This record gives sequence, structure tokens and C-alpha cells, in this order.
Amino acid sequence: MDELIKYAPDLGLGFLENVKLSIVAAIASLILGTILVAMRVSPTPVLRAAGTLYVNVVRNTPLTLVLAFSALGLSDQLGLVFSETPTTNSFWIVSMGLSVYTAAFVCEALRAGVNTVPMGQAEAARAIGLTFTQSLTMIILPQAFRAVIAPLGSVMIAMIKNTTVATAGGFLLESAAVMKITFDTTGASIPIFLGIVVAFMALTMPIGFFTGWLARRMAVVR
Amino acid sequence: MTENGDATPLVQLENVNKHFGALHVLKNINLTVSRGEVLVVIGPSGGGKSTLCRTINRLETISDGKIIFDGQVLPEEGKALARLRSEVGMVFQSFNLFAHKTIRENVTLGPVKVRGVAKDAADKRAMELLERVGIAAQADKYPAQLSGGQQQRVAIARALAMDPKMILFDEPTSALDPEMVQEVLDVMVGLARDGMTMMVVTHEMGFARRAANRVVFMADGQIVEENTPDEFFTNAQTDRARDFLSKILTH
Repeated sequence: MDELIKYAPDLGLGFLENVKLSIVAAIASLILGTILVAMRVSPTPVLRAAGTLYVNVVRNTPLTLVLAFSALGLSDQLGLVFSETPTTNSFWIVSMGLSVYTAAFVCEALRAGVNTVPMGQAEAARAIGLTFTQSLTMIILPQAFRAVIAPLGSVMIAMIKNTTVATAGGFLLESAAVMKITFDTTGASIPIFLGIVVAFMALTMPIGFFTGWLARRMAVVR
Repeated sequence: MTENGDATPLVQLENVNKHFGALHVLKNINLTVSRGEVLVVIGPSGGGKSTLCRTINRLETISDGKIIFDGQVLPEEGKALARLRSEVGMVFQSFNLFAHKTIRENVTLGPVKVRGVAKDAADKRAMELLERVGIAAQADKYPAQLSGGQQQRVAIARALAMDPKMILFDEPTSALDPEMVQEVLDVMVGLARDGMTMMVVTHEMGFARRAANRVVFMADGQIVEENTPDEFFTNAQTDRARDFLSKILTH
């Protein structure tokens, strides 16, 4: 227990980085995932193909490789630099990689949601003169989102846990990396390990409960 | 076109064909709908009635031929098509009210988002229309809280809110419980009396007799017979039509 108390401030700061990564990736992946699903259901074949290619490539690539590619390929080789400060730069590189990766799962969850919306809804939308974009944003996606709130919650929970892979993108300030560094110097500690597990559960379990509750509340009655 | 344009038909179909794969669902259809006319399309299931109705606002594309609405060939896609659709109301068999929006929002969405009408004005007009179809008291409920007949009347109000030049009715009473059919038909008869141009795919003989100017009998993708309702129901010219009528009039 002593080690946990001794290293708690460091671990706490590390965990704060996990939370920051999670917030950025949640926002960015929901936006990007929505754009991707719009592409995948659009009437334009080129957009549909691009969306499908993106999802199939990104969803089937291990996250560690996505992050390593973001850091080594995009940042080091191709010169994508967000900040001159290395830690800040790697924070944004990892945020980007994690968002790009999670967006593929958000897209697929949403696409399942789109499939729950009856054909007649889109027909009625078109019949009153709404354009494709208007039908999608006003009629189809709002109903699709409501249908997949709980699955989106699961995607977000997975994403939060995936913030501990940030090391692969060269970001060493998050809690799992701090834990590993601590273990390397002091030896493994079960209390520290459990402490981090509890911290993650405190973050993810409410999301599970909240999205489950919200899904019931927001369900579209047909 | 003359200034009031009343002499030209509102809808003209010329040699329209449609194939669903190997199935030839519309065979060389030639049909006009005049302004203010109420046209009832009748015939056996699978005969192409609904498909015909849906080609007029291009919810169904056609394989060849020409459809002219209000002097213009139907646009194929994009903004021009959306504009055309905003001028042609449609009432579906399964109502298709927007499930996540209230009754009022269902009626105001088109005017506000498509026509750019101010929200207050759209609300006021929506309430007038809901009053007219007898649903004003339910304006803040969601579609699932209403009966089928009420939902269909809201769907009619939603179509009317766009001030359409015509309304298409695709089997508007087929999904309704029997006791709710009349309330919907009454609204439709009212519209017909007010001079709305209507194309109605239906099996409701009573409606056809009360409100239609003309009946078109369709079977196997073709228009088999066209006549006034009285002539058609009492003195059908073709065997196909007589056969169909004998089946539906006996029960």
C-alpha cells in the first residue's frame, strides 16, 4: 500500500493524461466517425468506396501499429509536427492516431444504427423536398444515433482503455507508462497495479451505466 | 405555356417503362393528370399501381420514357429534384411520420427547412392544418402515441404544409384498422372538393365514387382501362377489369 501512496501523485498525473487523451479522442472520433458513415451511405460511389476502404484498413490494423505509424511515419518521416515540445507533440500525435482508429468503430456502430431506421423515413424526407444531406442530418442520423447509444458507449470504453497503448506512439506520460517506469525502478507492486485498474473502472463503468440509461430514455418508439 | 397554365396537364407520362431486373413493371404507360383532377388508380396487387405513383416524384426511377410535371421534365437528381418533390406531396401506406419528431415538428420541418418559412409562421400554419385534419390537440405528441388513422391525417397535413401542386396517395388506407379508414377518406374527400390535384392508389370504391373524376385500372404493368367512376364500376369495358371488380365487389 505504501508504494501506491508514495507514487500516487505521479500516477495521478499520468491518469490525468489518459483522461485528456480520452476527451480529445472521444470528440474527434465521434465527428470523424459521423463523416465516415455519411460517406458510407452516400449516393456517390467514390465517397462510398473511400469510406469503406478507410474502415476496412483502419479497423483491421492493430492500434499499436496505427500509433507507431503516426509517430514514426507521419511525424518523424513526413514532418507532421503539432508542437515543438516533444511531449505535447506526442500527445497530439497519439490523440490523432487514437481518433483515426476509433472513428472506424464509431462509423460501423452508426452504420448499424442507420440500418435500424426504416426505409420509409428516408423516403418521406425526400418526398417533402429535403436534400440528401438534410435527410441524413435531420432524419436518419438523429434516429441512428439514438439506436446505438449503448454500442457507442462500448466503443468509447474501449477507446479509453486504449489510451494506455499511447507508449507505442511515443507518449510516455500516461498512467500505464508511468506504472511501467515505476515498476522498472522499484519492482512490481500489486497495489499500484490495482490502483490504476480502479481508476479506469471509475471512469469507464459510469459511461456504461450512463449510456445504457440514455439509450432507454432516448429510444425512438415506432 | 399560358400565364395561368390551366390548359396544360399538370402531369404527363409518355411511353414510360420500368424494369426491376427481368420484371417489366411499367409497360409503355401514357397518362395525363389535369389540374384539379382527382385520379384513382385501381387494380390487382403487383400490377404496378404504387410504382406508377412513385415515379411521379421520382422515388422510383424509370427505365425509359418521359415524365413531365408542370411543363418540365422531371429532374434526375440534386437540388432541382428536391425542389420538384417539395411541390408534390406524398402520403404513404405506412404513414412514415418522422418518428423522433413531434406531430407539430413533422408538419413544420418541410416549410422551415425546404422553403425557409419563419418558424412562427410555420407553426401557425401547422396548427391550422392540424385543426383541419382534426389532430390539433395532439400537436406535441410523438407519432407512435397516435392511432394509425390519426398518423395518416398528420401525414396529409405534412404534405399540405408544403402547398403542393399535387398530392400522391399510395394506398393511404391499406394499413389502417377498418374503423379508421373513414376518418382518413373524409379528409381526402374534403381535399378533392377544395380542388387539390390528387392521384390516389386505393381499393376504396366508395372514395372513387364520391370523389374521383376518373378511374384508371392497371394490371400487369399496363393501363387496361380508363373511365369515369360510374362507368367503370357499372359498365367496365374489359374482361380483366370486370374480373377484378367481381372479386372485390362480392365482399
